[in-house]
Amino acid sequence: MLHQLTLKDHLHEYHLFSNRAITLLVLCGLLLLALLSRLLYLQVVEHEHFTTLSEDNRVKLQPIAPNRGLIYDRNGILLADNLPSYRLEITAEQVDDMPSTLMELEEIIHIRETDRDRFDKLLARKPRFEAVPLRFHLSDEEVARFAVNRHRFSGVEIKAGLARHYPQGKLAVHAIGYVGRIDERSLKKLDSSNYSGTTHIGKTGVEKTYEKVLHGSVGVRQVETTAQGRVVRTLKRTPPVPGQNLYLTLDSRLQAAAEAAFGDHSGAAVALDPKTGDVLALVSMPTYDPNPFVNGIDYDDYAKLRDDRRQPLFNRALRGQYPPGSTIKPFIGLAGLEEGVTSVSSTTYCPGYYMLPGSSRKYRDWKHAGHGTVDLKKAITQSCDVYFYDLARSLGIARIHDYLQHFGFGKRTGIDIVGELPGLLPSPAWKRQHRGQPWFPGETIITGIGQGFFLSTPLQLAAATSVLANRGYWMRPNIIHAEQESGQDALLPHRAQIAETLSINNPQNWDMVIHAMVDVVHSAHGTARRIGKDSPYRIAGKTGTAQVYGLKKEEKYNAREIPEELRDHALFIAFAPVDDPKIAVAVIVEHGGGGGSVAAPIARKIMDSYLVDKPV
Amino acid sequence: MSRLLSTDHEDASQRGWQYRLHIDAPLLFSLVGLSAFGLIVLYSAGGENIELVERQLLRLGIAFGTMIAVAQVSPGVLQRLTPWVFVLGILLLLAVLIGGATSGGAQRWLDLYFVRFQPSEMMKLAVPMMVAWYLADVRLPPNRFQLLASGIMIAVPMLMIAKQPDLGTALLIASAGFFVLFLAGLHWRIMIFLGVMAGAAAPLIWHYMHDYQRQRVLTFLDPETDPLGTGYHIIQSKIAIGSGGLYGKGWLNGTQSQLDFLPERSTDFIFAVLAEEFGFIGITVLFTFYIFIVVRGILIAIQAQDTYTRLLAGSLSMTFFVYVIVNTGMVTGILPVVGLPLPMISYGGTSIVTLMAGFGILMSIQTHRKLLPT
Repeated sequence: MLHQLTLKDHLHEYHLFSNRAITLLVLCGLLLLALLSRLLYLQVVEHEHFTTLSEDNRVKLQPIAPNRGLIYDRNGILLADNLPSYRLEITAEQVDDMPSTLMELEEIIHIRETDRDRFDKLLARKPRFEAVPLRFHLSDEEVARFAVNRHRFSGVEIKAGLARHYPQGKLAVHAIGYVGRIDERSLKKLDSSNYSGTTHIGKTGVEKTYEKVLHGSVGVRQVETTAQGRVVRTLKRTPPVPGQNLYLTLDSRLQAAAEAAFGDHSGAAVALDPKTGDVLALVSMPTYDPNPFVNGIDYDDYAKLRDDRRQPLFNRALRGQYPPGSTIKPFIGLAGLEEGVTSVSSTTYCPGYYMLPGSSRKYRDWKHAGHGTVDLKKAITQSCDVYFYDLARSLGIARIHDYLQHFGFGKRTGIDIVGELPGLLPSPAWKRQHRGQPWFPGETIITGIGQGFFLSTPLQLAAATSVLANRGYWMRPNIIHAEQESGQDALLPHRAQIAETLSINNPQNWDMVIHAMVDVVHSAHGTARRIGKDSPYRIAGKTGTAQVYGLKKEEKYNAREIPEELRDHALFIAFAPVDDPKIAVAVIVEHGGGGGSVAAPIARKIMDSYLVDKPV
Repeated sequence: MSRLLSTDHEDASQRGWQYRLHIDAPLLFSLVGLSAFGLIVLYSAGGENIELVERQLLRLGIAFGTMIAVAQVSPGVLQRLTPWVFVLGILLLLAVLIGGATSGGAQRWLDLYFVRFQPSEMMKLAVPMMVAWYLADVRLPPNRFQLLASGIMIAVPMLMIAKQPDLGTALLIASAGFFVLFLAGLHWRIMIFLGVMAGAAAPLIWHYMHDYQRQRVLTFLDPETDPLGTGYHIIQSKIAIGSGGLYGKGWLNGTQSQLDFLPERSTDFIFAVLAEEFGFIGITVLFTFYIFIVVRGILIAIQAQDTYTRLLAGSLSMTFFVYVIVNTGMVTGILPVVGLPLPMISYGGTSIVTLMAGFGILMSIQTHRKLLPT
């Protein structure tokens, strides 16, 4: 029995095994079915989805920066250019021995410590097959030296790019501005996709104002890359749209003459075409070379400019706010005539000072002995202060404020260069609000000769002078002459715009004031007679002196006795030719002394350059 | 096909060269075809590196040689040697645990000075052989004592290998042993009991798992949690497979694989390369080979003439299938990442030699049968 129990039932075991084996096969089939349905799901149902993911993996977009538009003056002279710029790049995976390669490179190319630091940082971060820049802006000599030694450096390459260059250097830098590397702050404000390939952006001047026009639109290169980012091939290329070229209203010959005319003086000059508002010259002296700013100026060089006592970085033409001084007199005179407060024939006696009724305070005339009996014409020609003290008192501050507003004082002209300041046209309301004090009658008196709180920029003065020249048309100053699509010859001109028309009831009032201004230059007693003697064209002008330093009651102003930085600013406004005004100028010479002796000759040189030396 | 798979109605006259050379032609040809397909995929997966293909060809040569050599050993000899092979394997595993060479954080290799040997590979064959040997002479289905004894034979080497740690191989060995028991008629009740026990032990297993193993399980459950770390493998392989679509991107044109997005593309994840470049069609071809081989192996088992060969042949065939399922399940993201190659296709590994030795045993079983009177 026992023996039988251990016997194997072979047939039974065979059937048992076969059943189990077939069960396993069925199980295998089920598992396989599950797997195949998973594969069908991935490869058929979700195929589109995974194809997209696969393409996203494979295809990367690389931005191609557009070429920045060029800037020319109105005659087509290049002011801002894009020059080839060479940089040295090293691809780590192609270099056998990095330290010795760098050491040998240093023998032929100057490598600063900051270059090395930046290079080391990038090298640690970037994949080994990517080229890392070591030096930017190699000189031609360095490029040549490297070319000769190229065989010694595997993995080291010179790559060309474009960099902004200002061929005229210091010329008109306060108008053109410059570009610089995009910093963190401006990065947030920019359209990040359009600037994805761009390294530089307009920082000041036209470069900043017209950034959008100059920049253009970014292009895209679709490339196939490996998982590590190595580019395998380019699939598609959408070229960038270059920025538009700009033709400025500036006349660079005129600009150069104006800058030269200042000599060593600090100051500003603005020349406008009164008919169009075109800015012919925009001078702020001293000026500086914008080129070092393009790729980050050295800290020491920047500090030198920043700390310069004469403040070359300060844009005096747009942001310098000076008392207009006596240059305001033609405008006050016009207001007096128009309001009927004074007339061509009415006179005032000038004893050399002026006193308000009931006050013992003496408001002195610049001419100690006085001008005697003066009418409006004589008052403008000889710049009699007492006449205008009296006229200002008769007009009152409210009428002066309202009237001068029409000439653009106290508000920004709206020129298309960033950073303009509005000056200050004082009024009782302004004083209450900003100083918390009432308006005093004496303040009206000195406003009449452009002193006191009154401030204006050289640009405002030039624009106001244009209104005189135009007899009432206020043209907004503008710097763009024309735009040009890249690769096209046609220029798209900017249209001049009348911003405001000043209505004068009696047109003879214009004649009266303008005649007086002509006498300033062309009559025997005019304050600017020095520049009128040999002038081939007729000029209407007005001198001015802006006090920097308040004199004590009986102190006498003597330019030679006080230090230069306390001397008065010299001003001069003018337009010419009188019958058909083509140019309106405002000149301010800081601490220059007399308007007639210092500022007027500069204005004359500017006008000569435009009217006389103008090539046919 | 049906004639190739069928072994019914045979007589001595049909027994030709296959029996003389102890080679099973259907198995041989399907394995050769599969290897050829594998080499084609490998050429693309390896970045058109012909040297890689040559090395794999050499390895395949050795593997096929081993298979034919093993096929010459009669099952009787194999059966007599079984306990000794098993004991030797256990001793070698002990040696590895005590003084094995460490590679990639795991002790798997035994440095025999002239060759590095992986005893766990040997156990892939030794464990099912041992269990089949033990059950060969008992009345089936096995009783509880016999089950316990078989369980120890499986568990001891499995735990030793899991300790190395080599979870993939431990899993294969456990399943190889389990298939022997299953084919021997393991009662369903016991299987359910074991399943419940395993479920209860899961937290305990989790507790003893290495960090990287836990990470794999977590990543399997949600690959998106770690898209740049461990999950990256699965995400990229799913993209490769899915973007391959029905017809594939074409040989050498798989962007996921050619552009390096797919990790381990010539070894564990080669299935994704195949799926990307040859599409669902290519996968169907691959699975046709695999199904053919597994079915052929099971048929050999059914026709085997004694319990030992029957159980062994069935277990070896099923283990091969487990290889396929675990690897493809991992690559398609339905199973956790377990480092098992795709049999006959993945580059490298000593596992291919073991695998082919197993097929050698199958061929031996098939071609050493005695003619029985019908």
